[in-house]
Amino acid sequence: MTMEMEVTLAFSEEQAELLEVAQSFCRDKSPIPTVRRLIEDELGYDPGVWAEMARLGWLGIAVPEEFGGSGLSLAEVVPVVEQMGRRLMGGPFVSTTLAAQALLVGGAEVQKSVILPGICAGKAATLALTEPHGDWDLAHIETSATETDGKFKLTGVKIFVVDAMSAEWIIVSVMKNGEPALIIIDRASLPENALRREVVADETRRSFRLQLDGLIVAADAFLDTARARETLTHLDLATSLLLSAEACGGAASCIDYTVEYLNTRKQFGKLIGSYQSLKHPIVDAHVAYELARSHLYSAASVFGRQGEGEIAARMAKSEAAEALAFAADRAIQFHGGFGFTYQCDAQLYRRRGMWCEYQYGDGSYQRAKLAKLML
Amino acid sequence: MSEISQKELDGFRADARAWFSENVPAKPEFMMPLTFMEVGTDQQFDFLRGWQKKVYEAGYLGAAWPKKYGGGGLAQALQDIATQEMYRAGGPIMLNAIGLNWAGPLILDMGTDEQRNQYIKGILSAEDIWCQGFSEPDHGSDLGAAQTRAVRDGDDYVINGSKIWTTQGNYAKYMILLARTNPDAQRKYDGLSFFLAPMTVPGVDTVPIRKLTGEYGFTQTFFTDARIPATTLMGGEGKGWQVAMRTLEYERGARGGQAGGYVMVYPDVSKVVDLAKRAMRNGRPAFDDPAIRERLVKLLTTYRGLKLNSTRALIAPLVRDRPLSLPLSAKLVRSEFYREINQLAMAMQGPHGAYYVGEPEAYDDAIWQRSYLNSFSATIGGGTSQIQHNIIGEHVLGLPKS
Ligand SMILES: Cc1cc2nc3c(=O)[nH]c(=O)nc-3n(C[C@H](O)[C@H](O)[C@H](O)COP(=O)(O)OP(=O)(O)OC[C@H]3O[C@@H](n4cnc5c(N)ncnc54)[C@H](O)[C@@H]3O)c2cc1C
Repeated sequence: MTMEMEVTLAFSEEQAELLEVAQSFCRDKSPIPTVRRLIEDELGYDPGVWAEMARLGWLGIAVPEEFGGSGLSLAEVVPVVEQMGRRLMGGPFVSTTLAAQALLVGGAEVQKSVILPGICAGKAATLALTEPHGDWDLAHIETSATETDGKFKLTGVKIFVVDAMSAEWIIVSVMKNGEPALIIIDRASLPENALRREVVADETRRSFRLQLDGLIVAADAFLDTARARETLTHLDLATSLLLSAEACGGAASCIDYTVEYLNTRKQFGKLIGSYQSLKHPIVDAHVAYELARSHLYSAASVFGRQGEGEIAARMAKSEAAEALAFAADRAIQFHGGFGFTYQCDAQLYRRRGMWCEYQYGDGSYQRAKLAKLML
Repeated sequence: MSEISQKELDGFRADARAWFSENVPAKPEFMMPLTFMEVGTDQQFDFLRGWQKKVYEAGYLGAAWPKKYGGGGLAQALQDIATQEMYRAGGPIMLNAIGLNWAGPLILDMGTDEQRNQYIKGILSAEDIWCQGFSEPDHGSDLGAAQTRAVRDGDDYVINGSKIWTTQGNYAKYMILLARTNPDAQRKYDGLSFFLAPMTVPGVDTVPIRKLTGEYGFTQTFFTDARIPATTLMGGEGKGWQVAMRTLEYERGARGGQAGGYVMVYPDVSKVVDLAKRAMRNGRPAFDDPAIRERLVKLLTTYRGLKLNSTRALIAPLVRDRPLSLPLSAKLVRSEFYREINQLAMAMQGPHGAYYVGEPEAYDDAIWQRSYLNSFSATIGGGTSQIQHNIIGEHVLGLPKS
């Protein structure tokens, strides 16, 4: 029985090191006033900090050494993303890491050797997979690439293309001859107005709608078509993993933030944290976060393993996103009138939670998938 | 302690495996208790007592307790192996839970040599059953307010009052007893003392209490001028609360030293999935009902999370933020999980969910219904889930006392 199989949670020395470095880096670079300042900023992150992250080698953690990376895996990216999530740090780190994953799994040699070193050096990239129909199944693609004179004409729209304005490259899923395929586009080659910034609840994010109609790409823009399905599956799970990391980090600091208030605010002559109708739900949030974090690091350790890897990643995604959503929902309530203000950080966490939950499959969706895998 | 070679470990494991596969008893006619709190008939009691004795005599219980008091004098790692092999072979539970897990370690840690000689062997062999006299009719969660009186009189203490929910109280020869020696102490906690009280003296009466399942398993225990020797006092007068808290640390595994084995077996979660395939709900197998599937997967996710939590608890960098968090939350999460999964198992059965043990038409002889009712033993006993929330809130998150 699948559920009785041994569960795995390993933690490498590299993970431990990255966790420690990322913890202090993100704390220093992304205090809440900075997060709030960057919300107002068009770019949404500090290019200086981004360059430092590249110098630290973070963009190449999961990229093989031959392409300029450190040859580790996504398991080592997880603690970094978790700590960024903890500080609500913006920037194209996750999208760029995922774009690199797309190339590693499904890219042609030449694409890898041109683009991956660029990514490791600090050039951003992103994915354009989600479509207006809203289906979380990444193989449901209505955008099409039609061949004319050895070139390909695109028709369709992508939504939730994160960090598109900072990205040098955008990897887009399309249907070609009735089969999924991935193409890589230079963002600079897009016509003006192809990208429109979307209004998303999580204001630390920069998300775009990408109008592809009429765009023409050459045949060498395609990633290896034979591996497109495999690549999409990989991206689905890799995204789940990294969103879980972000959500776990967010849940941890949201709980800290709320506990701090429960320990200082007084009503009826008592600290409000002494009231069990506040204490017990925040404990529930904390317990849910701890479970989610165990799932996260388990998913990190078995990522990529047939069967087991998918189960772990989907569990992590459902648990972590729901833990953050719950913690932040209660955080608003437990701050009373102040919780209803823009100034209270509870809204930052709740908005972040909406992103993590509704992108790439919410809890119910993941559980329906898990039912098929496990029962 | 000197390092044990892998060869020695492997050899011990092989012997234990062989022994348990040969000696684990066949399933008896009667219902086998899944926890030490479910021992309700003499038949069950005798069966489990015999089993514990046999395991002990084979050297697989108390293997790491000192030899001169009746233990095996071996390394803890070997006892752990024996416990694993017992579990693997599906061995029944150890009966004498309070002795093996609480009283025994306490006596080894804090007791006199005389006490160790007197009690340890009987704990291991199940000759002497132990019970716990903490809760009272009027003081349960608020244990510190316990009122059972202990008054010094010459070489004795005279006990008056009543304890309740005493698991195996009717079988016990000894009780770890929390009683009030000083009713005028400024802090209620400072008026308490801790005794290794004999149950066999005049003035101690136990009355069985029927549980919600209709079965038996615990008692109310009455003390009427019961005289117990002053030498049974542990930790000094007024130090009862500290000693009681120490026993809780053994219980939570925060302090080592237990005899080994296990006193609860958890129902096999995969059997719930199996039930889902058989049980009909609204005209189709529960397995095909999306609502049931979703709840089932959610619970399986929690189940796996529990296992992963105990793995993560051993990885220092991943528990640095709040080191007490995982140990202090395990009881809450686990006990609530088992309550919920039994509840789901009933929900899978449609109208049959309303059957109970003894009805021939019930699924699995209504073991799910019975298990659901029994699951409250863990959400109430040993500190209720609400109290666990308080403990986590106060000791892990640092919130003010309620
Ligand atoms: C199967 C079983 C076996 C047991 N075995 C033993 C045994 O061997 N020896 C022994 O000494 N005891 C034993 N107990 C007793 C057990 O420890 C107590 O029942 C438990 O601590 C609760 O105390 P109580 O029954 O007085 O309930 P109460 O404390 O009266 O609680 C009633 C309700 O109020 C809630 N409550 C109480 N205080 C608070 C608070 N501060 N904040 C929020 N909610 C609160 C509780 O959660 C509960 O829901 C056993 C219990 C069971 C169920």
